[in-house]
Amino acid sequence: MRLLIVEDDRDAADYLVKAFREVGHVADHAVDGEEGLAMALGEQYDVLIIDRMLPKRDGLSVIGTLRAKSIDTPALILSALGQVDDRVKGLRAGGDDYLPKPYSFSELLARVEVLARRRSGRGEETVYRVADLELDRLSHRVTRGESEIVLQPREFRLLEYLMKHAGQVVTRTMLLENVWDYHFDPQTNVIDVHMSRLRSKIDKGFSRALLHTVRGAGYVIRDGK
Amino acid sequence: MANSAAAFDSAKRATREGLTALGKLLRTTLFKLSLVYLTVFALFAAFLIGYFAWTTSSLITRQITETIDAEINGLSELYNQGGIRRLLLLVDARSRRPGSNLYLVTTPAGEGLAGNVGSLQPGILERTGLTETSYRRLDEAEDTEHYALVRVVRLGGGFRLLVGRDIEERERLHDIILTAARWSVAVVVVLGLVGGVFVTRRVLKRIDAMTGTTRTIMEGDLSGRLPIAGTGDELDRLGENLNAMLERIEGLMHGLKEVSDNIAHDLRTPLTRLRNRAEEALRTAKGDGDYRAALENVLEESDGLIRTFNALLMIARAESGEVRENMDEFDAAEIVHDVAELYEPLADDKGLALKVDAPAPAPIKGNRELISQALANLIDNAIKYAAPKLAAPALAPAVGDVVADAVPPPGEVAPAIVVSARAEGNRVLLSVADNGPGIPAADRLHVVERFVRLEQSRSQPGAGLGLSLAAAVARLHRGELVLGDNAPGLKATLALSRA
Repeated sequence: MRLLIVEDDRDAADYLVKAFREVGHVADHAVDGEEGLAMALGEQYDVLIIDRMLPKRDGLSVIGTLRAKSIDTPALILSALGQVDDRVKGLRAGGDDYLPKPYSFSELLARVEVLARRRSGRGEETVYRVADLELDRLSHRVTRGESEIVLQPREFRLLEYLMKHAGQVVTRTMLLENVWDYHFDPQTNVIDVHMSRLRSKIDKGFSRALLHTVRGAGYVIRDGK
Repeated sequence: MANSAAAFDSAKRATREGLTALGKLLRTTLFKLSLVYLTVFALFAAFLIGYFAWTTSSLITRQITETIDAEINGLSELYNQGGIRRLLLLVDARSRRPGSNLYLVTTPAGEGLAGNVGSLQPGILERTGLTETSYRRLDEAEDTEHYALVRVVRLGGGFRLLVGRDIEERERLHDIILTAARWSVAVVVVLGLVGGVFVTRRVLKRIDAMTGTTRTIMEGDLSGRLPIAGTGDELDRLGENLNAMLERIEGLMHGLKEVSDNIAHDLRTPLTRLRNRAEEALRTAKGDGDYRAALENVLEESDGLIRTFNALLMIARAESGEVRENMDEFDAAEIVHDVAELYEPLADDKGLALKVDAPAPAPIKGNRELISQALANLIDNAIKYAAPKLAAPALAPAVGDVVADAVPPPGEVAPAIVVSARAEGNRVLLSVADNGPGIPAADRLHVVERFVRLEQSRSQPGAGLGLSLAAAVARLHRGELVLGDNAPGLKATLALSRA
């Protein structure tokens, strides 16, 4: 995966470039809005990671300009402004995701991978499959092997989101945002409890576990370890 | 020399200061207003006196004219009946009376036959209407001169008769009135100016006092208050309002200081812990495993810090009212169901029954996210403090007692936590009730204040902030967070205004 990081803080940018390289991605770095815009226009990237406040040209304006030129490379906005209305502003300006600083790298990585996959992703399929687990988005039926699994509406949406991003790590915050539409910190490990309930419904009694916890990051649903 | 130069300088400065004080006075609105009034009054006085002068003068003139006409008529009549001789006799007699009118009878050629006129302006006798003229009486010295209003008529036989009356009296009256006018205008101007300066200076002095106080306040002494004269006038009212504003500002500043103190406390403690952990690891770690454990610890601690920081920021934002633009109408009952659903498994895991009691829609206008968060905090708190599996019989109501909705029939397990939404009058009450230890009545008011934490809850990180945030969210929505007794336990209610 090829990434562009537009970030004026050199330390933060170096850290990100290095960290992405360690997990096998290539990351370019631009130090201000103008340079970032030029690079995003000139090269092909999978995801743009853009700081909100940049010298020369504001991050939102970079994204706005790109969108005006019909370049729809997914863009993730990093911002020191973490409030709800700032997020709304960022997404309205054409950003695809919004992550307030300070963030953990695992959170950023999970979000970037989901964004990169979105283009080629399985968004519009009506049936999601992972191994012998099947989720039918139209009839709202979930089956594993021969047996039908009965889920609460919220559990269904949780599983739907996980299966949509099968093989990709999704963080607790991503689940809270996408399944519950909450952008605040619930303080306690509420998501974990929901996940363990879901796990007991889809994995209990089967020899192969599909729902895995990724330590320090979140959850992933996949066939095999 | 130097001394005198300095004295000169200071004198000059004093003059300049005096001038600027005067300039300040002259530039005030009040003084300009006095000038306008002054001009208006002076013009009015002038007009009044002018009008008075004009009417009196025309009245006098009319009287003179009437007298003259009457005399002429009488004399003409006499001439017509008795001839020139009788006329001359009468004119002669009248002329001799002291303070008499002017009389003159001449031949057609203009020679005087009788009367008391010594000399006239030339040509007067040729004019027959009313004329003003200078004259001299017969018995007066050559160079005296008076003014009179005269009328000349031609009598039958070419004789001419002149009757006139001195108008010096009228002129004197004119002079008196003119002088009075000058004086009164002068007095109006002087009194007006003095009054204007006096009033302006009084007001200016008060304004200056206010300005002075304002300046000290701007320099940082927020305890200063504007002087109030106690007259209840507009300046007093302005001062009172400004003082109220200052009171509010001082309160806010005080609050801000308290907030920053609390922020400092809330952040400094975990920061110290963080630092200690790192230091300890450096000092005592024996191998990779120890370092890893220490780093994980540090990471966890910093996540906690970020969480606290976010909560503090959120409270500050809610307090500032900044979020007030992002408000829309929604059903609070729905929110209650949603948030309760999010926490239900957590409560269940702890062996706590969580019941939602929100049967009817409860429309409110507000920030959905913030209200959800406030509610989440309250539920999270309740889960932390509620007592698991309280058996119902302990709570079974005595016969005859009103059975509350939340209390199930005996035999079933009473829910440890009840989350409810209901519309009451013009308010919507969102409440979270638990059966935990509750908060002592004395502490309840205190705990809703910004950032206050009960000593007891220090061991539970973030618990106090949760309540503070809920209270801040309630205040943002012009509502309040009410903490009540759930006997046993705490019943926290967000009282918001209904949409």
